[in-house]
Amino acid sequence: MSDIPSELLYTKSHEWVRDEGDGSVTIGITDHAQELLGDLVFVELPNVGDEVEAGADCAVVESVKAASDVYSPLPGEIVAVNEALAEAPEAINESPYAEGWLFRLKLAEQADLGVLLDADAYRALEDAD
Amino acid sequence: MLLFEQSVAGRRAAAQAPRQAVAPDDIPAGQLRATPPALPEVSELQAVRHYTRLSQKNFSIDTHFYPLGSCTMKYNPRGCQEIAALPGFIARHPLAPERHSQGILACFHELQEILKDVTGMAAVSLSPAAGAQGEFAGVAMIRAYHESRGDTARNEILIPDAAHGTNPASAIMCGYRVREIPTGADGDIDLDALAGALGAHTAGIMLTNPSTLGVFDRKIERIAEMVHQAGGLLYYDGANLNAILGKVRPGDMGFDVIHMNLHKTFSTPHGGGGPGAGPVGVSARLEPFLPIPMVGCNGDDYYWLTEKERPQSIGRLSAFAGNAGILLRAWAYARMLGRDGMHRVAEFSVLNANYLMKRLTDAGFQAAYPERRATHEFIITLKREAAELGVNTMDFAKRLLDYGVHAPTTYFPLLIPECLLIEPTETEDRRTLDDFVTIMQCIAGEARETPEVVKTAPHKLPVKRLDDVLAARQLDLRWRPENPPPGSSD
Repeated sequence: MSDIPSELLYTKSHEWVRDEGDGSVTIGITDHAQELLGDLVFVELPNVGDEVEAGADCAVVESVKAASDVYSPLPGEIVAVNEALAEAPEAINESPYAEGWLFRLKLAEQADLGVLLDADAYRALEDAD
Repeated sequence: MLLFEQSVAGRRAAAQAPRQAVAPDDIPAGQLRATPPALPEVSELQAVRHYTRLSQKNFSIDTHFYPLGSCTMKYNPRGCQEIAALPGFIARHPLAPERHSQGILACFHELQEILKDVTGMAAVSLSPAAGAQGEFAGVAMIRAYHESRGDTARNEILIPDAAHGTNPASAIMCGYRVREIPTGADGDIDLDALAGALGAHTAGIMLTNPSTLGVFDRKIERIAEMVHQAGGLLYYDGANLNAILGKVRPGDMGFDVIHMNLHKTFSTPHGGGGPGAGPVGVSARLEPFLPIPMVGCNGDDYYWLTEKERPQSIGRLSAFAGNAGILLRAWAYARMLGRDGMHRVAEFSVLNANYLMKRLTDAGFQAAYPERRATHEFIITLKREAAELGVNTMDFAKRLLDYGVHAPTTYFPLLIPECLLIEPTETEDRRTLDDFVTIMQCIAGEARETPEVVKTAPHKLPVKRLDDVLAARQLDLRWRPENPPPGSSD
């Protein structure tokens, strides 16, 4: 059973979103996603300052099995990326919700957290998977 | 032990060294190296033993069952090698004039005609040197076609989520955006999603049919109609052509462009990256854009078609005619099979796959699409074994090597968790297939009773379980001497 913290929000494509309460969110991939991918070997992150739209692919995670796009679930501007992943992508396997975060987004005005799934809805999706 | 490590200073073996009739004494002084290259210094016997031992470590179609899904690892008939190695082919210089090259040109022309016939396309060019180059050529022709009509707003290629990774890569290399189309629960393309994605931006769709899920998309005619109505073109990825050879033709399904992997379907040797041959076929409206050179025939003589005859061509993709030796092998294979033989390729590759799928599911393994008839390949998912026993698909794959079977494709397509994509091909007999089932049952038994044996496999190979993560992050394939000779760069 994978770990699904109840305080986070989720997407169907297995990203998690943490509302920082200051108009920004932190985004990463879920425990289930890292389990499916297996050992991560490379991470490609967006540039700070990039404007992204909801649903845009803005990062790539590559494991021994596959390379997978990571989508921004919300529109906004990239304000920080987890530089440490360049040297230690295994942080995503070891700690997907803390040290393994990918990027932080300053939300655009029209961003709506309501489109995201809560932990229960994401768990139901994962069970059906 | 590496050959360099067996080196003894001053040891020589000159008996097999090529004799120079004329000394190459016209090389400019500036191009000559100042110090001799660091080469291993060994006897002839040491060299022979070294390379013989290396060859014995190979896992190959000549030594092992090799059910590597979507790669069509079938037997490479020796008769084809023999013909391609005839002195008249081998000794011919690629710049030899047409009047001295009628034999090889006739073979190439006939191969073009055979491939046209078996795929239902209007014209074929043999020059792409591999599947990926064939894909690039195919998408480049789609682009050239739209541009020739001034239809330049089309900037998107649609690709199903089950596609080979080369498809999106080829589309992007040709300057297109990729839009992914989901697969429905039955393994066919989701038509609603396709309808939603099609529009004025659609340049085309790249399809593999049968798909990498090992099923034939039954709605292909409807898909072709929808894409054509939107003004897009259909690209056929020939990776799985073996399943339908001589039975169904991509041209009849409505495809505009196709690439064929001769190294798969037409049984030329491959593995370890090559050599390949990826001829492309097109419908009439795309014919002017085919890559050159091609071979023409006026009834009496054969001749090259180049820039002059084909001004709208996307151009040359390789030196001379592509991988000529591979094309000759494929030509010999096609001639050996004949029309009836091609039908039997499809029939027996599909029969073997369905037989193996049935036996494996009877033995308790879970097929990804049990309600669908397999084509020439099928998928087993070891999701249950991974969850219940902690023994995953990679462990099964490594353990298969201990039993003398090359592992099937693992973890692809990405849609199916813990999957093995199994393609037995038509050249394996029933006993080999039965043995494979027995081995899979054995490994399943070990996974229950002595899981550590499976999780730490392989045990019987020259190298044990490799560190995939380290290999991906810090790939290092180069040997460096402990005491570099003076004058070497590092």
